[in-house]
Amino acid sequence: MEKHVVVIYPHPDDESFGAAGTIAKFREEGVPVTYLCGTLGEMGRNMGTPTFANRETLPEIRKKELIKACEVLDIDLQMLGYRDKTVEYEDRDEVARHLKGLLEEIDPSLVITHYPDHAVHPDHNALGAAAIEAVRLMDEAKRPVVWAQAISRDYEEVLGKPDIINDVRKHFDKKMEAILCHDSQAGGILGQIKNYQQMNSEDRDAVVEQFGKEQFYTWNY
Amino acid sequence: MKQIKINDVQEKLEQFINKQVYVHVETTNGAYASHFNDKAYNVGAYVRNAAVTFSQAKIVGDGKVFRAGLKMEMGWIYAEGLTDWTIEDDNKLLLAGHDREGRLMVSLQISETPFRY
Ligand SMILES: [Zn+2]
Repeated sequence: MEKHVVVIYPHPDDESFGAAGTIAKFREEGVPVTYLCGTLGEMGRNMGTPTFANRETLPEIRKKELIKACEVLDIDLQMLGYRDKTVEYEDRDEVARHLKGLLEEIDPSLVITHYPDHAVHPDHNALGAAAIEAVRLMDEAKRPVVWAQAISRDYEEVLGKPDIINDVRKHFDKKMEAILCHDSQAGGILGQIKNYQQMNSEDRDAVVEQFGKEQFYTWNY
Repeated sequence: MKQIKINDVQEKLEQFINKQVYVHVETTNGAYASHFNDKAYNVGAYVRNAAVTFSQAKIVGDGKVFRAGLKMEMGWIYAEGLTDWTIEDDNKLLLAGHDREGRLMVSLQISETPFRY
């Protein structure tokens, strides 16, 4: 059993879309989970459907959504205070040292983050790279295992099959509940799945197909 | 935000003339544009808290979509595709353009105090 799991992603909603099922499984086993959330998604384009946020009110709204999602998932939350869409312009080593300090404090057995260069959003790639570097900087004996998540459309062709494939259908409702906390982001994929419980079985199967599996690559140091 | 009313916004813009103000300008089509559609380009530009002074400010448009331009001593700032506006705390003027799905595509914001950074 894991001792403590740390999830490192840059945006409020990455945890819910990317790893909520895996997180729910760990929490069911009684494993503590901490989310280190890089930014508040301040630069998001989605302002709610219909629009209820604006560029200046969005950070506070997303912060509340994030806190709610972490309550639903029953996990600890630390907000790292970086700014959306600027993580790649920060000093990589400085971010890595920042993360390393936090990891040494929490002392997890497993870290979940994005797979650098295969995670589409520049913040995903940059924070994933910094997280992997942070673990590399740690004492080898104390290093947690790292699971890296790829998102790019061609990642399987480039990287091969992920070695960790979590079937999270058992925790599907919990995952949807966490995703739906991020109400301001409802314009995108979320809008289409908002009423997934009322969908016909064919559409519902498609949603389950899309969100029922969470895959990771164990990072090889 | 609410639909732009040209006279209201013009009046607001003029209140910032010849004062040191902070400007936020942004355009974006999202970080996922070319992920969802490989023929699309990711483009965007972003300036937050540029301290400027302008001597003239004008909003122009056809009643639905607007452009706004600010004339500075040594240059210009403008944004197009603006559809909505609001006044946020501390007298900050926010102008933005949203697509059909309500996603922000462009924004121009002016304030006498810095935007949160
Ligand atoms: Zn993200």
